[in-house]
Amino acid sequence: MNEKEVTRSYNLDQTRAPLLQALSEYRKKRVVSFDVPGHKQGRGNEELTRFLGKDCLSVDVNSMKMLDNLIHPTGVILEAEQLAADAFGAARSFFMVNGTTSSVQAMIMSTCLPGDKIIMPRNVHRSAVNALVLTRALPVYVDPSLDRELGIPLGMSVDAVHRAIKENPDAKAVFLNNPTYYGVCPNIKEIVRLAHEAGMRVLVDEAHGTHFYFSAELPMSAMEAGADMAAVSLHKTGGSLTQSSLLLLGPEMVEEGGYVHQIINLTQTTSASYLLLSSLDITRRNLALSGEEIYKRVINFANYGRCEINELGGYYAFGTERCDGDAFYAFDSCKLPVHTRAMGLSGFEVYDILRDDYNIQVEFGDMGNFLAIISVGDRPVAIERLIAALGDINTRFASLPEGMLVNEYIEPVLAMAPAEAFYANYECLPLEECAGRISTESIMCYPPGIPILAPGELVTDEVLSYIKEAKERGSQMTGTEDPSVENLCVVK
Amino acid sequence: MELWFEEHNTDDVHFALRVKKQLFSQKSDFQQIDIYDTYEFGRVLVMDGAIMLTEKDEFIYHEMIVHVAMAVHPEVKKVLLIGGGDGGALRELCRYPGIEQIEMVEIDPLVVDVAKEYLPAVASAFSDERLNLIFADGLRYVRHLKREYDLLIIDSTDPFGPGESLFTREFYGNCSKGLREGGILINQHESPYYKNDAQEAHSIFSKTSKIFSTARVYQAHIPTYPSGHWLFGFMSNCWDPIKDHDPERWEGFGLKTRYYNSDLHKGAFSLPTYVRELLTEGRLIDD
Repeated sequence: MNEKEVTRSYNLDQTRAPLLQALSEYRKKRVVSFDVPGHKQGRGNEELTRFLGKDCLSVDVNSMKMLDNLIHPTGVILEAEQLAADAFGAARSFFMVNGTTSSVQAMIMSTCLPGDKIIMPRNVHRSAVNALVLTRALPVYVDPSLDRELGIPLGMSVDAVHRAIKENPDAKAVFLNNPTYYGVCPNIKEIVRLAHEAGMRVLVDEAHGTHFYFSAELPMSAMEAGADMAAVSLHKTGGSLTQSSLLLLGPEMVEEGGYVHQIINLTQTTSASYLLLSSLDITRRNLALSGEEIYKRVINFANYGRCEINELGGYYAFGTERCDGDAFYAFDSCKLPVHTRAMGLSGFEVYDILRDDYNIQVEFGDMGNFLAIISVGDRPVAIERLIAALGDINTRFASLPEGMLVNEYIEPVLAMAPAEAFYANYECLPLEECAGRISTESIMCYPPGIPILAPGELVTDEVLSYIKEAKERGSQMTGTEDPSVENLCVVK
Repeated sequence: MELWFEEHNTDDVHFALRVKKQLFSQKSDFQQIDIYDTYEFGRVLVMDGAIMLTEKDEFIYHEMIVHVAMAVHPEVKKVLLIGGGDGGALRELCRYPGIEQIEMVEIDPLVVDVAKEYLPAVASAFSDERLNLIFADGLRYVRHLKREYDLLIIDSTDPFGPGESLFTREFYGNCSKGLREGGILINQHESPYYKNDAQEAHSIFSKTSKIFSTARVYQAHIPTYPSGHWLFGFMSNCWDPIKDHDPERWEGFGLKTRYYNSDLHKGAFSLPTYVRELLTEGRLIDD
């Protein structure tokens, strides 16, 4: 991390917020609208206006000249995107309103054609797995490496990526998480170097990495590492509205910017929400101007939480001390993952107890860990509550860790291309009868939404026993056609 | 010109006092603190727009938050007071010579300063040598406790604002860990009447009754608190506030009180039916 630049200077005037300004002017003009949306500044839906507020509804408007158009930006949206690119050190940026899922899909669809290979760790988000179905690209899964003590998948070792590149010189791209849900980062700079040397694009899922762009104390960001594309969930830790996201392009992708835009427009809505767009613009400005200070505070909160939780006993709130120079190359100190197994409770259970008994919602729980996300919106009282609640849970429930599964990562056996399996003739069978069959769908605990089983993968006994255990421990399973997740669709 | 201070009890109900003069107004790191001199109630301490105490009726709240437990527990030696920066509860505690140590954990130093300057009759015991005054977050403080106190009093503001964390399950859980065997926890328990306060009262009771084998609620009439009807919680894993009430011993202290007395002790636990229903079932008065 010492290679990171300390402070970046901007080329554009980051105090500007063109979309915010245009919407404020629109509101002042009190335009009489004979266009959509039909609620017409909220007047047509009193209950909604009462609930969300008049100010909010008054700028829920349609594309128009003074507000530009996301499909083909030439005015304030274009300027806002240029400001965002400047703030994130990217060559170009796109505002995304279909979630970071759409950013991830745009990255893969822009670089892979049907049958193309893409190198990726298996612990990717379901949006990446789904993109494989959409593009009919073929995944080359790299073992992300495992921290055996914590039972969590890591960020891929450089050697493993290197091997995959050598064995698959025809692969089009390398896809990686920066960071993983648990805050683990690979050696992104070295991976970019290797991939570029082999003529492959580097696509980075930075759904949880917005803050990397604004603090020298955090791991290196994709754009700084020279990656070609990055999907950044500004809403996750940056403070924009849920579902708003950014897609960033590195300098070598600029020439293909027009093509990327066409790919985005294949699936992105033509009625982009100005609530989401303005939230991106306002958030970008806030982070560009005060991000460094904000994330200093966030890191302090998280580190304080780590320290205090580790003093409670029974919990292990891990951090930079786990870094191994390889697959756990760097750690995102804004994350607060906590290992619970030594206390005899699964992460699922602590997640549930926190919500049900203490009214505290953490991001997710898995077999052995739960994750608290600390972000721009946190307050000291909230951290104190989390720590105190964990202390109280320890007093109430602690037992010995017996008979609990350790590993959060199961090596997949890819038996068929994901798209081929997804579109194959299938039948739905009770889970326990699926051993030895090829799944046509994903199954995952949500959150985190990382598939335990993805289309094209063999249903093994290990997978089945993980699912059984996760269900017993109270995990919320999703992904299958069957809403009760009792049955699984397999290739006929 | 007529000057009135209005407290918003609900969106539709305001409680107003005619003011002679505003004596103090400042925003601390935690809250807005004001002192008004009023015609009817003398000086009034207001925090974030809510009346905390008035010179005229503060004795009711402070006697009730202290003496009930003192008439049940046979030998209180070590007390933890959380909140109570105005010093009223402390003043009542200091009247018992048997208490050897009082720790007071207040989050906001400005409350203590203001009380000392403008409410000297309330903040009269800060120089008591048994007192150890700590400025800290209450929740953070109780996390480290292990069976240390005979009596723990939570004299907090409302659950909206800096007092928020003092109404949580994690706070009560850690408090229970801080009590010695036979320890008693007393808290201000909000009001049963207006909807927002009442929901909070129910929420407090549903948390504390899960943690303590005895969780009882008692009441007092406090004219300047919303609806005038106020509740307190009595929690213990050992003592029952009625069965273990020891009036003879308490009378032996020879304390002169203006609200609390041994007959009222028993009566205060006799709750109106609607309050019982609120606490146990969460039913509101207009449900």
